[in-house]
Amino acid sequence: MHFARVTGTVVCTAKVPSWRGQRLLLMQPTDPHGVPQGRHLVAVDLVSAAPGQRVFYVRGREAANALPDADNPADAAIVGIVDDVRAPEAATGDVPAGTSRGPGGG
Amino acid sequence: MFLARVVGDVVATIKHPALEQRKLLLVQPLTGDGAPVGRPSIAVDSVDAGVGDHVLVVDEGNGAAQVLQRPRGPIRTVVVGVVDEVAGA
Repeated sequence: MHFARVTGTVVCTAKVPSWRGQRLLLMQPTDPHGVPQGRHLVAVDLVSAAPGQRVFYVRGREAANALPDADNPADAAIVGIVDDVRAPEAATGDVPAGTSRGPGGG
Repeated sequence: MFLARVVGDVVATIKHPALEQRKLLLVQPLTGDGAPVGRPSIAVDSVDAGVGDHVLVVDEGNGAAQVLQRPRGPIRTVVVGVVDEVAGA
């Protein structure tokens, strides 16, 4: 599982039937300190996350398994909302100055 | 599987039911000689590992489900061993 920040919602009126009733969120993957990493992803939301919140997500087949019916094509799923990351030492070497390590607003 | 160092833990009140009662560890992957490489992952603990431990991590859903004795679910990254020694790295 990896960290991300929710940046928006994705609405699709026409979508695969197995996603009916599921929320899709746009998110920016981050490192443990909240620094953006790579491109945005769209993920199925299992925890009622909101834009601005820090979350963690799973990728691959396990994302589809997160839904009540695993027979669906999801390849990313938000499975938790981050309250806190407790890392006594810097988890990744260089942390840009002024980077927020808190869960952030939202 | 990969070698990693536990560098922290993650607190999450709201999470998928499959993650309830599970300790979530922040693990930094390591090279064979112990240098950090790549980005940290969040892993479910199964061996009572803690911050600072050198660990073995599996990143595959079937193995994860087997270790956690659950049906296949959304978990794929699990700490499955605490490493005592790596020889010949």
